[in-house]
Amino acid sequence: MLAVRTEEFIGKNAVETANPLVAYKKVSKAFGEVKVIRDLDFNVSPGEKVAIIGPSGSGKTTLIRLLMTLEEPTSGVIEINGEPLWHKEVKGKLVKADEKHLHKMRGQIGMVFQQFNLFPHMTVLRNCTEAPVNVLGMSRKEAEERAKAMLAKVGLENKLDSYPAQLSGGQQQRVAIARALVMRPKVMLFDEPTSALDPELVGEVLDVIREIAEEGEMAMILVTHEMEFAKDVADRIVFTDGGKIVEQGDPKEIFENPKSERLQSFLKRMRS
Amino acid sequence: MSIWSWSYTFEVFPIIFDALWITLAATITAYVLAMVLGLVLAILRRSAFKPLTWIVIGLSEFIRATPPLVQLFFVFYVLPFYGISLSPFVAGTLALGVHYSTYCAEIYRSGIDSVPRGQWEAATSLNFSSTQKWRKIILPQAIPPIIPMLGNYLISMFKDTPILSAITVVETLQAAKIAGSASFRYLEPFTIVGVLFLLLSYPSALLIKKLEVKLNRRSLGKKDKKLKEKGVAA
Ligand SMILES: Nc1ncnc2c1ncn2[C@@H]1O[C@H](COP(=O)(O)OP(=O)(O)OP(=O)(O)O)[C@@H](O)[C@H]1O
Ligand SMILES: [Mg+2]
Repeated sequence: MLAVRTEEFIGKNAVETANPLVAYKKVSKAFGEVKVIRDLDFNVSPGEKVAIIGPSGSGKTTLIRLLMTLEEPTSGVIEINGEPLWHKEVKGKLVKADEKHLHKMRGQIGMVFQQFNLFPHMTVLRNCTEAPVNVLGMSRKEAEERAKAMLAKVGLENKLDSYPAQLSGGQQQRVAIARALVMRPKVMLFDEPTSALDPELVGEVLDVIREIAEEGEMAMILVTHEMEFAKDVADRIVFTDGGKIVEQGDPKEIFENPKSERLQSFLKRMRS
Repeated sequence: MSIWSWSYTFEVFPIIFDALWITLAATITAYVLAMVLGLVLAILRRSAFKPLTWIVIGLSEFIRATPPLVQLFFVFYVLPFYGISLSPFVAGTLALGVHYSTYCAEIYRSGIDSVPRGQWEAATSLNFSSTQKWRKIILPQAIPPIIPMLGNYLISMFKDTPILSAITVVETLQAAKIAGSASFRYLEPFTIVGVLFLLLSYPSALLIKKLEVKLNRRSLGKKDKKLKEKGVAA
């Protein structure tokens, strides 16, 4: 074996990437002069659960916001099922895609935010039916059935007529999860879904996410500081630092046998 | 020095009172225009297409920096040379409405800006179109808190309608002036005008104050109140 280099840790999941659902290809993102994501290559297979860990400011949020089309990459290409997300092919050349293309692609992605971002002027049920009715063109009845099923899944079937302000943070985040699930995305993004919650409410949200993960078919990218949870739920852990993936692999390997020095010291800090 | 004459007052009152309808009609027409155009300006100002944003900003600044009376004369006296002849009423309400729309746009803007960025992002993540975002998510949150401020502009516009007399619209002030010049007595007609304006705008202002308190209480207290109700029920 050669001396340990970063690339080797990354090469590990090459087998899984034959037909990736999501593929970042040399993606960079800068805010002004500040490079936040650097030449990132990153794949997610259909149904795969990936947890992203890393120090504050390492670009975790930016990484998933690029996929949700909330930030535009400075360079590089992101593909979903082989089709560029931010670009369109015109005469063999990639050009910036229009809103119509983004709209089509976005339907495959869902997101749960750190601050929940429920619509405060709508009831819980309405929060979960507004998009299916207006975006997917479902009948209200059909949308309500689907929304109720999802709200039951997150344990809030008795809160249909409440407003977000009447719910605890944990309940709000569960509604937000149901709201995103109703749209049936192929990949769901979670940006530290429990870090805005009081400690006693973290468990109920993690349980819901764990349950969804166990159902299987939807891919997930989870940015989290909950190491135990990540180890439990994820098929793969990705460790980012300085806008790059420094190490990734099987959860057990990552936590018990970290190779890079930066991951080692990060884990040490997290445990202390 | 003339002494107040009640008989003359009763004689001119109906004439002036009749003209009040013109004042009210002009106020409401101009106000509706200001509200609608103001919203359009506020939304255009957030357009991703920068040149459009600059045009909107430049135009608004220009309109706010020039006196409404000048704009009124422009619409009424200059536009006809370019084939646009408007009746005094239409020219007047148009000029007043456009002038005030730039102020309304600022109010809308403050309401829109106070909707957290996360609301836009959640709407994007659910794949709402741009129009749907505005209609379903942003405006329903942006507008309720600014209703009192928009209401205050209704009163301001009402009080500004006398400038329409400058282009021969026979609204309240103009009616009073005509009545006064026929008998060379101005004290009673103009007093009547003042009192009519006072009687309409003061109660309206109080109403808006009340509305403001109510809206504030609703947005602040909704959570606690509803939770309490739940607590009692449980
Ligand atoms: N809109 C923006 N404008 C300017 N700088 C930004 C913007 N968004 C993020 N950044 C910067 O990019 C860097 C990475 O941010 P990001 O939020 O992706 O990190 P993170 O890994 O999610 O951190 P945390 O764990 O604190 O959430 C940070 O230095 C941040 O200040
Ligand atoms: Mg973050």
